[in-house]
Amino acid sequence: MKKTQFMEIGGGKGFYGLLAVLGAVIVAGLGAFFYMEHTGHWVTGMDNQIVWGAPHVFAIFLIVAASGALNVASIGTVFGKKIYQPLARMSALLAIALLIGGLTVLVLDLGRPDRLIVAMTYYNFKSIFAWNIILYNGFLALVAVYIWTMLDPTVKKFYKLAGFAAFVWRLILTTGTGSIFGWLVARQAYDAAIFAPMFIVMSFSFGLAVFLLVMMATYNWTDRPLGDAVVRRLKNLLGVFIAGVLFFVMVYHLTNLYATEHHGVQAFILRDGGVFTQAFWIGQILLGSLLPLALLYHPATGNSRLWIGVASALVIVGGFAQLSVILIGGQAYPLVLFPGYEVSSSFYDGVVNSYSPSLPELVLGFSGIGIAMAMMVVGMKVLRLAPASLADEAVDPHHK
Amino acid sequence: MSEHKQPDLARREFLGRGAVAAAAGMALAPGVMLYGVAHAKPADQPASSKVRWGMLVDTTKCSNGCNACVDACNKEHGLGNEQHSRPEQRTQYIRKVELRHKFTGATHSLPVMCQHCEKPPCVDVCPTGASFKRADGIVLVDRHICIGCRYCMMACPYKARSFVHEALTDQRPHTPRGKGCVESCTMCVHRVDEGREPACVEACAADGSHAIIFGDLNDPNSEIAQRVKTYASSEIRADLGLNTGVRYQGI
Repeated sequence: MKKTQFMEIGGGKGFYGLLAVLGAVIVAGLGAFFYMEHTGHWVTGMDNQIVWGAPHVFAIFLIVAASGALNVASIGTVFGKKIYQPLARMSALLAIALLIGGLTVLVLDLGRPDRLIVAMTYYNFKSIFAWNIILYNGFLALVAVYIWTMLDPTVKKFYKLAGFAAFVWRLILTTGTGSIFGWLVARQAYDAAIFAPMFIVMSFSFGLAVFLLVMMATYNWTDRPLGDAVVRRLKNLLGVFIAGVLFFVMVYHLTNLYATEHHGVQAFILRDGGVFTQAFWIGQILLGSLLPLALLYHPATGNSRLWIGVASALVIVGGFAQLSVILIGGQAYPLVLFPGYEVSSSFYDGVVNSYSPSLPELVLGFSGIGIAMAMMVVGMKVLRLAPASLADEAVDPHHK
Repeated sequence: MSEHKQPDLARREFLGRGAVAAAAGMALAPGVMLYGVAHAKPADQPASSKVRWGMLVDTTKCSNGCNACVDACNKEHGLGNEQHSRPEQRTQYIRKVELRHKFTGATHSLPVMCQHCEKPPCVDVCPTGASFKRADGIVLVDRHICIGCRYCMMACPYKARSFVHEALTDQRPHTPRGKGCVESCTMCVHRVDEGREPACVEACAADGSHAIIFGDLNDPNSEIAQRVKTYASSEIRADLGLNTGVRYQGI
């Protein structure tokens, strides 16, 4: 194993073509934002029953994946695994890029995005949302410092410390993201401590899936060597994380199925919820968990870059399905104000609420992905973040 | 409130302080005397924590199909003037909920609005502190610092809050509603501070139902305090332990 050489990427037609596509996605997202902001949220699919919709699914996916994307770096720095260390710079940049993409979507969906400065200056410290604002900003700062310690030999002595701090911070951050739902006492689908650890494992899985795709795309499009050692390590790890998410999902549902109080909402998600039930069983469990597990571990597909890429993409699809079920399914099921009663009112009490995302919401959501990927492309162009080679002899300490 | 006399259980008696308070004194049942509800708060004085404004809804007096409280609320606060919003997007501060017990078949009709919790989840979750509780127990939204994140709407167990989905015009001066902010029942704080009752309470009485009474739960002499002390009343989602300012009798 040799000392890793890092080189800037890009500069060719493909590079600028990709940037142009991503730029168009971002411009479209800005257009969607201005439209929704100017007219008001009546043009969206959201209402007073489903108050968080597609933008929030995108935003939370990106935020959760951001903290997970840092794991590759953490395994190298904190746990000393050498094969991960060359990937740390890309991993850290991806974490920043995904977080900024997610936060942008979240902020641009606010009813009053013009008051962002208020959110930065007025804090209610009992609110996990307020804490998250601090956690997100702190994460960006810490990971930026972490990248600095990797790029600048003069501050290399802080590398371990920065990596360790970023790792601990990311665990706290995802605990905060999960607790947005875990601490909601009002709704049947939430109010469960398991949301915090479940979101952490989800972040491992989603973040690694995104990292794998970004890494394989980068090395494919830049014609740099990417050996099987790295890919195999990461895909096996992804399989473990997928199984971990499945375990938490199972415990969450089994616990709620045991309590009669929660039978209604469980029946809704697991059996009677129409599109949410389909999103759960087909999107989250089948396409997002079981199929990628099979693809990653089956001898016929587990060694194929193509199928590993497909499995990673499926994990992302499953992640979106899972967050849609949690966020929108959790709101679609009516609040139980009067247990034992059938209820009706002019304000849709007792009614299963429906939601169809409008085009601007989806465009805004996709622009968050566009922002993250554009930051990644530009970041790897201007800084030496991507190793010149990830071939086995370059990265695998056990390569012979 | 300390200047109130102790209730004389033997005879009907009215408080002399203000027409509203006097009119609200009434006999609830033989042997039980109830007293006035509200006092004007000078505009230069802050709300007092000695007061805990609350409402008691007697569901046995609330009839299915009667919408007087809802209509009065909409008129008072200028609600229902959205031009573009879908019905699911329109603001409602108070709504009538019809209940039918799945097992016994018992039916009830009752209004549900912000329950003005002592420990409001909306206030807990609000990142900027825009959701707040006044010292006298009234839960409000500071529309100057609400960023429209809607986390309070996720957190409210009573589905009491609405988000303004479009630009509005001709708002009432006391209810400055605006696009992109969250809003809910203010317990007609503008009236309460003038010593008047909330619009829904007034309308319910004018309609002859007298199903909602309003007053100071902290004042042992108030009608509402006497009633909740004498008769069983309940909170919606009492399991959450929020100690709501709005209580119900008959469910």
